[in-house]
Amino acid sequence: MSDEVAPPAATGESGPTAPRADLPEALIAGSAWSEPMLGAEGIPIVDSPFVTVGGGLGSLAMADVLRIAGVPASDIAVLTDIARPDESYRHVASNSQISDGERLRSDSGSVMDNIWAFPSYAIREAVSDRTPKPVWQSLTEPLLSEYFTPRSGQVYASVGREADRIGWEAMRVGGHVRMVRRRLGGGYFALLTPPAGSAPTRRVAYRARYVHVAVGYAGHKFLPDLQKYRDTYQDLRRVVHAYEQHGHVYEEAERRPVTVLVRGSGIVASRVLQRLIDDRDATGARTKIVQLFRNYVDGPQGERATFRRPGGNGFAFQAFNLPKAAWGGQVREQIAGLEGKERADLVDHLGGTSTVPRRAWRAQLARGSREGFYEQRVGRVSSVAPSVDGRSVVTTVALSDGSEETIEADFVIDAAGLEADLTEHRLMADLIEHSGVRTNQRGRLDVEPTFEVRGGRNEPGRLYASGSMALGGHYAAVDSFLGLQYAALRIADDLAAQGHCARIGVRRSIAQWLRWVRNRPA
Amino acid sequence: MTPTLVGRIQTRWFLVLAVGVPWTAVVSLALPGASLGDVYAATFTAILLVAVLGVGWELIYHALQQFRWDKDWPTLLGLLTGINEGALIYLLLRAGVPIDVGPIDTTAFLVHFASVWTLVWLATNGPMRVVFIRWRFRGGRLI
Repeated sequence: MSDEVAPPAATGESGPTAPRADLPEALIAGSAWSEPMLGAEGIPIVDSPFVTVGGGLGSLAMADVLRIAGVPASDIAVLTDIARPDESYRHVASNSQISDGERLRSDSGSVMDNIWAFPSYAIREAVSDRTPKPVWQSLTEPLLSEYFTPRSGQVYASVGREADRIGWEAMRVGGHVRMVRRRLGGGYFALLTPPAGSAPTRRVAYRARYVHVAVGYAGHKFLPDLQKYRDTYQDLRRVVHAYEQHGHVYEEAERRPVTVLVRGSGIVASRVLQRLIDDRDATGARTKIVQLFRNYVDGPQGERATFRRPGGNGFAFQAFNLPKAAWGGQVREQIAGLEGKERADLVDHLGGTSTVPRRAWRAQLARGSREGFYEQRVGRVSSVAPSVDGRSVVTTVALSDGSEETIEADFVIDAAGLEADLTEHRLMADLIEHSGVRTNQRGRLDVEPTFEVRGGRNEPGRLYASGSMALGGHYAAVDSFLGLQYAALRIADDLAAQGHCARIGVRRSIAQWLRWVRNRPA
Repeated sequence: MTPTLVGRIQTRWFLVLAVGVPWTAVVSLALPGASLGDVYAATFTAILLVAVLGVGWELIYHALQQFRWDKDWPTLLGLLTGINEGALIYLLLRAGVPIDVGPIDTTAFLVHFASVWTLVWLATNGPMRVVFIRWRFRGGRLI
């Protein structure tokens, strides 16, 4: 069960309005391209039966499964603008205060580098640290201990190892992909812009029968009132986003007593609160923290005993971002059986803002309340403006009892975790405009249970998507470590049904696992 | 583990067959008893009961699972449920249900039942995922 931070798999050029440089009108307007059209523009064509666009963890999961299914590295092209598959994830995790030694909100069995999840992260940590503690923890979770969750550094190191094992460098092609268009006669062209000076031509077209898109989300979005503040007052220093670089807040808090307003009550907010309080304890910072809740959870939520999520002190608690069975149990089946609004409503109910009930966090907040350095407020923001002296930010909040209160803070950290719309991503906007792909209730790519993008088929070609761009589908947990692997497996099965690769059966699975154990190439 | 009801039953039956039967055939050789035939009668009846009564137990576990928000079945419970299941089977065998297998040697029963249970439990927590790559995503369903 995976990862809380849901960072983009690749940064990519985004923004539908970004200039398309000098691409001729015939190509921009043409929904389907032919070889002569590209030839006329001097764009060389490179063949690859399978192209995955993104190059982050989604592409890694996909390439990993395909390699296990017997597809040679030479038949897979990973089009990406990042160097290593964990790069984007790591960047966002680090911004949201998860350094390499910190633990992710991810299950021991969501093993990014090992589709079998055996040995699990807990077993491996026990071996490397020479302690039985992680194994004991995963054995007794969540009854006698908290869920075992891997350190991010362990995930990154093992992802690197697996990338090397499957021949990532041989598959990886650097550059931006701004367009994936249908090919006249079937399949697709992915138009790649290699880094300047690295290729003889400005663009290269990858001709593929199958295209997989896993580009991560389009970007982070500020809460509307905070976005308005930043636009109006051009103050990008005091109002910051938890997913973006905001180390200066912690640095200033060390130098002088400041008040920090934290907006949001999910996992990212928890992490920010932990960092602020850890710094108080470690460096003697005298930071005062105010947390503003929009929806305050004062106890378990749900009317039925069989459908009740734990909660309290403002937070909704669950170990992972969905109930655990959403990855592979009865909740997965339940969601898979629904369509449209019904499905969206259920997923909203099961997901939504939540955090992990870690004892250490709860103890910190309890101590903060007692000692007066942590306060909670509940309400809707009516305005955000600079203070009269311009040295702080004043947030006016309409409280639930109808009165108003102002909160003056030196910094406001937006930890609400809003994501930008799909269409903010250039490649996605282009797909929607020119390739006829459809979006779902949630505004993401509408995918089949096989993760084929609805409306994107170009016989005999298929277009697939996984990760954040495919949220809102039959599989709610698609934007997580295990979800990316599940999607990759479903896609590989669909490809196997078309004769593109072997279906991973018992014999192949065992043989490939043994190769993994010995770190031999897939 | 995040089993579905069907997945629970299928996995149980499969592992009784794939792990329980061969292990019972082997371990029985080392267990005390009047004759090997008597030992086999007792041990194989025990694992038959694991498979048959297990369906009832799984219904109960599945019902209990509904009270967990995560709709999961923690690893530890998978091990501890051996206690109630083992106790029931022990009592039934002593009472001659479903067939009279003669006097039950408590130590032999414990060694056999506990070793089968532990092996099956270990298999569900790793090896099954290697052999059946889709198994864990399907709530333990094999077919």
